[in-house]
Amino acid sequence: MSSLLVLAIVVAIGLVAFFIGRQRAAAQDNGKVKPHSRAHYHGWWAFLLAVLPALLLLAVWAVGSSVYLDRNIHAALPERTVNSKVASEALDVSLVKSLARGLRKLDAGTLAALPASFAELQPLLAAKGVALASDTQDYMIPIAVEANKVQDRLGLFGAVVILALSIAGAFYALRQIAPRSRARNNVERLMLWGLLAASTIAILTTVGIVLSMLFQTITFFESVSPMNFFFGTVWDPRFAAAGSGGSQGQFGLIPLLAGTLYIAAVALLVAVPVGLMSAVYMAEYATPRVRSVVKPALELLAGIPTIVYGIFAVVTLGPFLRDLSAALTGGSPFIQGQSIFTAGLVMGVMLIPVVSSLSDDIITAVPRAMRDGSLGLGATRSETIKRVILPAALPGIVGAILLTASRAIGETMIVVLAAGVAANLTINPFEAMTTITVKIVNQLTGDLEFNSPQTLVAFALGLTLFALTLVMNIVALYIVRKYREQYE
Amino acid sequence: MTDIPMDTMVRAAAHPRRDIGLKARYAAERRFRIYGAVAISVGLAFLAIMLITIVSKGYTAFWQTTVSLPISFDEKVIDPSNKRAADPSVLIKANYPKLAENALVAKLGINPDDKPAIRQLKGFLSEGARVQLRDIVAADPSVIGTTRDVNILTAANLDSAFKGQIDLSVEEARRKVSDQQIAWMNKLKADGVMAEHFNTGLFSYGASSRPETSGMGVAIIGSFYMMVIVLLLALPIGVAASIYLEEFAKKNRLTDLIEVNINNLAAVPSIVFGLLGLSVFINFLGMPRSAAFVGGLVLTLMTLPTIIIATRAALAAVPPSIRSAALGLGASKMQMVFQHILPLAAPGILTGTIIGLARALGETAPLLLIGMVAFVADYPKTPFDPATALPVQIYMWANEAERAFVERMSGAIIILLVFLMAMNITAIVLRRRFERRW
Repeated sequence: MSSLLVLAIVVAIGLVAFFIGRQRAAAQDNGKVKPHSRAHYHGWWAFLLAVLPALLLLAVWAVGSSVYLDRNIHAALPERTVNSKVASEALDVSLVKSLARGLRKLDAGTLAALPASFAELQPLLAAKGVALASDTQDYMIPIAVEANKVQDRLGLFGAVVILALSIAGAFYALRQIAPRSRARNNVERLMLWGLLAASTIAILTTVGIVLSMLFQTITFFESVSPMNFFFGTVWDPRFAAAGSGGSQGQFGLIPLLAGTLYIAAVALLVAVPVGLMSAVYMAEYATPRVRSVVKPALELLAGIPTIVYGIFAVVTLGPFLRDLSAALTGGSPFIQGQSIFTAGLVMGVMLIPVVSSLSDDIITAVPRAMRDGSLGLGATRSETIKRVILPAALPGIVGAILLTASRAIGETMIVVLAAGVAANLTINPFEAMTTITVKIVNQLTGDLEFNSPQTLVAFALGLTLFALTLVMNIVALYIVRKYREQYE
Repeated sequence: MTDIPMDTMVRAAAHPRRDIGLKARYAAERRFRIYGAVAISVGLAFLAIMLITIVSKGYTAFWQTTVSLPISFDEKVIDPSNKRAADPSVLIKANYPKLAENALVAKLGINPDDKPAIRQLKGFLSEGARVQLRDIVAADPSVIGTTRDVNILTAANLDSAFKGQIDLSVEEARRKVSDQQIAWMNKLKADGVMAEHFNTGLFSYGASSRPETSGMGVAIIGSFYMMVIVLLLALPIGVAASIYLEEFAKKNRLTDLIEVNINNLAAVPSIVFGLLGLSVFINFLGMPRSAAFVGGLVLTLMTLPTIIIATRAALAAVPPSIRSAALGLGASKMQMVFQHILPLAAPGILTGTIIGLARALGETAPLLLIGMVAFVADYPKTPFDPATALPVQIYMWANEAERAFVERMSGAIIILLVFLMAMNITAIVLRRRFERRW
């Protein structure tokens, strides 16, 4: 029986239990004893007891039986020898599994008289719309048939046990129903556990991110030494197509890191002054009417996806700057179509609303009294801003700038399109340079062999990026939080 | 002695007042103010320039040139040896472009033996004519032997020429349409046969190597699946997590850890979520590559922090008096939260969710890593089939060389921005309409 069907039956049992439970609880309320919980709580408790344990068992059973099947197939496969036709044991197993899945589509008559060679079997399967790898071997057919039988047996047995558990849970809950039984507390306790589980997903995500990248990075460092990675100045990973054995390349982080920081610095040079000044203007000078127009417009700027900025940079701004520089020198352009300057400029514009909305919050959080005090002593508005408000808001603004910098470092689409792919080390802002994020995308798009260092390096880069932004975020959040407390 | 002029006395009395440089200070004030106005204008000007260039490049993508031709479904071309009763695949493999070519030859009055002219004619109509005519025949084989008017797409170059985007003053060998083709085009235009129509194909076609038959159908469906998955997963989980943290959690190590994690995840680069999806969902759990389901999961993890932060703010904004009143009337804490606090916080939660969804809709980088940059020509029937997404489709078109793809790409950006703007405006309207000041 398929697990989807089992799931549907379990839920159906749960619903029946809900209605019976509610009915029974309502029937018991004869007005003599004040019931502890309202009738539908009894219903829900019956539903939960019927469904939850059964679902847990279903999940465990599904995972367990697939592991058991894999081991069975492994054991049944012939010993691997030098002249095995299939490249690896894992491939062997997956071929058997897809064959077994294909056999499911055949009708009973064909299955009874199954041909023993794959050459004869393939057209039968193809007629049912099943396409199989041509290196499926004859010896796999009986293994696949056997695997299907085992799977059927396991599925049937599991379904019976799960349904029995579900019915038992429902009966147990229904028997418990009494006017003074505390169904509401039971239901609420389970709900609380559910809420707690939902909030731990954030932790699980972080753990998932760190562990997944850590394991791949460790595998990467088995073939490339960390010294070469962190201090290498040459990035030349070579191309490793699947099965080519993986020629060695050089994986130096320095050019990528330099490019990342350079572009981020250019972006911050654009975003911080402009964003900060617009925040100051919005908070201190703008009339309510100007504010009501400009603020949504800046929010709109923040809502535009980064791919649009990237395309603007590469389709419009890049060629424009190149032609402009060619016109200025009267011939050869000194700004390339893809350059640090173009990417940084566009990224800076993207970050303007980020800086301005963060600093707006911080500036308006400076207490009114400080402002009034300064104005009362005769300072002009700009003097108040420069000498009182900004110094008071400085820690918060530093935090905001750090958060913005972390956005700039992790930004992907703008640099993928506008910064170029060549890993140069240059200080000329009008040349192309590449970044960590660009190389992650480059190394992982396309058909690369997963376990080659060329692919694994993307995870090492990802971990570096994650660590870099993590430190910046934590410092920034710490500063912002600490600062907020000062005036509260 | 007494004849000291009055005005010098006044001047002498005023003189000791310190020069406080009011003029300079006011000038500084004005300058500062102008800097602020300039800063805002820079941002807004950039926004305007960007939108104007994209719209001016892209609006033509919503029209596509077609030629209306009387196609005669000639049996001699489709099924020369009359085998279709025995072998239906004849109808699939038949030389359909020939039909369109014959119709065009007849229309333009070209001598069918004029080989060079015929060769130029081949580049006139889209290769998509093959599929278009095949579908007509496959749907109704009895059409063979009859004549029917069909709107056939022109090739992308002719489409550009028709829209006036090709500079005809350039020497003939250096542009993509020949003088002969232009002459034909003008003739057909004068006959009213060749015309622009609203480009429904942009919304319905899948991936294609030819600009005129490529569209965003697959991407729209893929993005739709992902948004549904994000909504179904991120909203309940996010709300549950916020309720726990805001209403139930005691201040301890665990809740501190969760809070730090959420705040940090909100600032983690999106590409890192792509790496997570690739190594956990695809390599470890064996989920299919390029599938909208995996994309939805990755975007869910990415959107969760946004929704949690918005929901917590909305819950915290509900005044404590409501809580006290509910508890005072004998509600349990769970009843108080679900029956009183949550409905009052709903508008804020909804606004945060829509903004989170809008961010997820525009996100590209993590989807590149889980293999959604795929050439998918068929509609995905389930979320587990290969699909692309709107921003990824834009990225793929950006990597194409032909200028007609740039037009389509800009058109796609317009559509994406319209979707995003609609979502953001909905969020703003909701906030305005339901916002309560306590």
